[in-house]
Amino acid sequence: MEKRVTFKGWLLPLCLIAPQVFISAVFFFYPAGQAVWQSLFIPDPFGLSSQFVGLENFEYLLGDPYYRASFVTTAIFSTLVTLAAMIPALFLAVMADRLVKSARVYRTLLIWPYAVAPAVAGVLWLFMFNTRVGVIAWYLGQLGYDWNHVLNEGEAMGLVVVASAWGRISYNFLFFFAALQAVPRSIIEAAAIDGARFWRRFFTIVLPLLSPITFFLLVVNIVYAFFETFGVIHTITSGGPQQATTILVYKVFSDGFVGQDLGSSAAQSVILLLLVGLLTVLQFKYIEKRVHY
Amino acid sequence: MATEITGMVEKRGMGLWLTHVAMIVGVLVIFFPIWLAFVASTVSQPEIVRPPMPVWPGDQFIENYTAALFSGVNVPVAVMLGNSLIMAVGIAVGKIIISLLSAFAIVYFRFPGRNFFFWLIFITLMLPVEVRIVPTYEVIAGFGMLNSYSGLIFPLIASATATFLFRQFFLTVPDELAEAARVDGARPMRFFWDILLPMSRTNIAALFVILFIYGWNQYLWPLLITTDPSMNTIVMGIKQMFPSGDDVADWPVIMATSILAMIPPVVVVISMQKLFIRGLVDSEK
Amino acid sequence: MATVELDDIRKSFGPTEVIKGVSVDVADGEFIVIVGPSGCGKSTLLRMVAGLETITEGELRIGGTRVNAREPMDRDIAMVFQNYALYPHMSVAQNMGYGLRIKGLPKPEIAAKVQEAAELLQLTDFLDRKPRQLSGGQRQRVAMGRAIVREPSVFLFDEPLSNLDAKLRVQMRLEIRELQAKLGITSLYVTHDQVEAMTMADRMIVMNEGRVEQIGTPLDVYERPESLFAAQFIGSPSMNILAVEGREDGLHLDAMILPNPTGVSGPVMLGLRPEHLSPDPGGPIAMKVLLSEPLGANTLLHGKLAGGQSFTASLPGVHRADHRDEPLRLSILPENMHVFDRDTERRVG
Repeated sequence: MEKRVTFKGWLLPLCLIAPQVFISAVFFFYPAGQAVWQSLFIPDPFGLSSQFVGLENFEYLLGDPYYRASFVTTAIFSTLVTLAAMIPALFLAVMADRLVKSARVYRTLLIWPYAVAPAVAGVLWLFMFNTRVGVIAWYLGQLGYDWNHVLNEGEAMGLVVVASAWGRISYNFLFFFAALQAVPRSIIEAAAIDGARFWRRFFTIVLPLLSPITFFLLVVNIVYAFFETFGVIHTITSGGPQQATTILVYKVFSDGFVGQDLGSSAAQSVILLLLVGLLTVLQFKYIEKRVHY
Repeated sequence: MATEITGMVEKRGMGLWLTHVAMIVGVLVIFFPIWLAFVASTVSQPEIVRPPMPVWPGDQFIENYTAALFSGVNVPVAVMLGNSLIMAVGIAVGKIIISLLSAFAIVYFRFPGRNFFFWLIFITLMLPVEVRIVPTYEVIAGFGMLNSYSGLIFPLIASATATFLFRQFFLTVPDELAEAARVDGARPMRFFWDILLPMSRTNIAALFVILFIYGWNQYLWPLLITTDPSMNTIVMGIKQMFPSGDDVADWPVIMATSILAMIPPVVVVISMQKLFIRGLVDSEK
Repeated sequence: MATVELDDIRKSFGPTEVIKGVSVDVADGEFIVIVGPSGCGKSTLLRMVAGLETITEGELRIGGTRVNAREPMDRDIAMVFQNYALYPHMSVAQNMGYGLRIKGLPKPEIAAKVQEAAELLQLTDFLDRKPRQLSGGQRQRVAMGRAIVREPSVFLFDEPLSNLDAKLRVQMRLEIRELQAKLGITSLYVTHDQVEAMTMADRMIVMNEGRVEQIGTPLDVYERPESLFAAQFIGSPSMNILAVEGREDGLHLDAMILPNPTGVSGPVMLGLRPEHLSPDPGGPIAMKVLLSEPLGANTLLHGKLAGGQSFTASLPGVHRADHRDEPLRLSILPENMHVFDRDTERRVG
C-alpha cells in the first residue's frame, strides 16, 4: 500500500527517521552484532584478552547437558504456559459470549490481571505457596500433601507455569471474546435452525471460525513464555531447584551475569535470536496481509 | 424467568444460571491471588507467619502502607514508584515521538534509502531486550548510563511496534487531506502538526496505555542496570525486599508494595478500557 | 482572475504515457468542463494544473506566467475535491480559514473573510460544527467555501458532486454555476457525467484515453461531434452507430438506402441520434421494435434493424408498440446525420 501523495525533499525525512534509526542502531543492531561477535571468542579467566575459537562455543553449548536440559525445560514450560493460558481463556470467553448485558461487566473484572507485572504475579503466587506461610501450601499440608517447591522440581515447574499463565488468561480472553463477538449471528442462527445444540455448534461452527485468532494467540503466547516470564522465574525459583525451571532466557542471564561466562552467554543469545526469527516468520503467516510493503 | 436474547438463539433458565456461575467462579479464581495479597497487606506479621492467615482484611492497613511507602526495606517504596513512573512515561512518550516521526517519513516521503530504513526498523519489531542483554548492558555501561533514567529508558524505546501502528493508521488517512493541505499552502511539518497529529489523537492515547504498562512492568532490564537501590523500579524492587538466607520476609510490607505496584497500571487499564482494548488489538494484529 | 493556457501538456508514469498532449487556452472567467469516462486522464490533467502531479512535458501558464515548477500554494488556485477533503478535527470556520492562517493573515481578517464566504453559501449557522455533523450537501458547500475564501484566480473542481444523491446534484450544479458567474473566476471542472458537462460548461473538453477528442461549447459538441467517441459519449440515450457503405445514390445498409449528405464513398460509420428520428411510413429505416420504455414526454423504442444491428429511437409523446410484428419505419433529416471515417473515427464533412 502506497500513498499517492508525497512531499518532496529527502533531507527532512532523513531527519525525521534519524532518531529511531539511531536508537535502533545503538541499542539493537550494535548489541546484536556484539553478541554474534562475542559468541566466536572465549575470554581468558581474568577477562584481559580473549581468543578466537570459531564455533567452539556453539559446539560446547550443544554438547552441554545443562544447556540441552534447558531446551527441554523451555519446551515443557512454554507448552504448559500456553495451554494453561489459552484453554481457561477460551472457556471464559465462550461463557461471556453467551451473556449479553453482563458480558462487559465480566470483561472489566477479568482485564485486571493483565496489568499485573509478571514479576509481581510471581510474588503473589509465591506468597500463596510459600512453604512457611503460604495459605494454599498450608491447606495442602492439612490434606496430607507436603508441598515444597523449593526442593521438588515438578512442583517448582507447576508453580511458575501457573503464575506465568495467570495474567495471560486476561489477555487471551480479550482476544477470544472479541473474535467470538465478531462471529456473525446469522451463522449461529442458521446452525440453531439446523438443530445443532450449543456445544455441537461450538465445535463444528464457532471453533473453526476462531482458528486464525487461535493460531495467532498460540504464537504470541509462546513468545511470551519464552521471553517475558523471566520475572516470574526470577522471583519464585531463581531457576531452581537443580535448574529445573531454568529456561533459555534465564540461562542467558545466569551464565552471562551470574556466571560471567560471556562467550557462552553470547552464543546463547545468538541461538535465541534465531529462535525469535523463526517465531517472527510464524507470526508473519498471520500478519502478512497487514504488514506488506 | 431470566432470559437474555441474542438474535433468535436465546438462553433461559438453568443454562443461563450455569453460565453466570461459571463466569463468577472464573472471576473469583482469577481474583483470589490479588485478594489474598490485599488481605496480607492489612494484617500484622504474626498473623501471617502463623498459618493459616486470615481471609478477611485486618486493621493494619495504614501502618503497613505507611511503612512501605516511607521506609520500605532497602529504599522507600515512594521512591521506587517515582522511578517506575518516570521510566514508564519516558518509554511511552519516547516511543510515541520517534515512531510518529519515522512513520510520517516512511509514509509521506520518497527518499533515498527508504526501503533500507523500513526493513531496518522492521527487523527490530520482535526482538525483546532479554535476548541481547549482555551486549546491551555493555553499551549502557560504556556510556556511563548505569543507574540513570536514560539507561532505563533508551534501550527499551528501540522497538518498531509503535512505528507500524502509526504507519497503518497514516495509510488510512485519505490522500485528499494531504492534497488539500498542500493546496492550502501547508508545508510537510505544518501538515504533520495541524492535520496528522490531531487526527492521530485516539491512536496516540491507545498506544500510550499499552506502552505505559509495558514500561511499568519491565523487570530484567532495571534489575541489571540499577544497582543503586534509589534507582530501583517498584516491579523489580519487590524481589529485593526478600531477605537472603533464612530470615523471615516482612510479608505485610512486601504485599503492600505489590498492591502499590499494581495500582497504576490497573487504574490505567480500567479507566481507559476501551482505548486499551483497541490499542491491544491494533498493535498485535 | 486569470487565463489558463495548456500547451501540449503530457504526463508519463514510467514508460506509459497517460496524457498524450493536451492544448487549450482558457479565457479569463470561463467555465471549462473536462468530461470523459473513468481512466481517460481527466483527473490527472486537473491535478497537473493544481500542481499535485508533475508535468512531464509541455507548458502550463496561469495568468500568462509559466507555473510548471511551482508548488500548489504558489499557483493562486483553489481546489474542491471529490471527497471534500475536509479536515475532520477542525470546525467549518477553521476548515475554511486554514489556508489564510498559513498565509499568516491576522485573525480578524480571516474571520471576516470566512464570514463573508459563509453568508454567500448559507453556512453561517454551521461555522462551529465539525464536518461529521454536516449533511453531504453542507460538506460540499464547506469545500466550496474553503476555495472561495482564498480568492484564487482559478477554481479547480474534481468531480465535486459525485458523492451526492441525484436530487442534490441538480441543485448543487445550479449553485456552483451561479456562484462562479457571480465571482467570475476562471474554472476547470472535471466530471464523468455528460449531463453536468452539458448544463454547466461554457466550453467542454471531451477526453478519451489521454487525448482530447473535442473542445467546444456543449451545443457544438452535440450538434457537430468531431469524433465517433465524442458523438457517442455526449447525448442520452447515446447515438446509434451503423457501419454503412457510401455510394452515389446514398448510404447503403443492407437493403436500406439513406441519403448521403456529404457524398462520401466507401465504407464509413454513420451516427444517428435517437431523438432525431421521426416516424414516417415512407422512411428509409425499418426497425423491429422489441422493447418500449415510455418516459412520459417521450418514448424510447429499442429494437433491431434488418441486419441485426441494435437500434434505439426516441419519439415524442407516448408510443405503444402494439403491432410489434410490423417493422416501424423512420426517417431522419440529412443535417442530423453524422458521418465518420471508419479508420480515423474523425468526422467527415
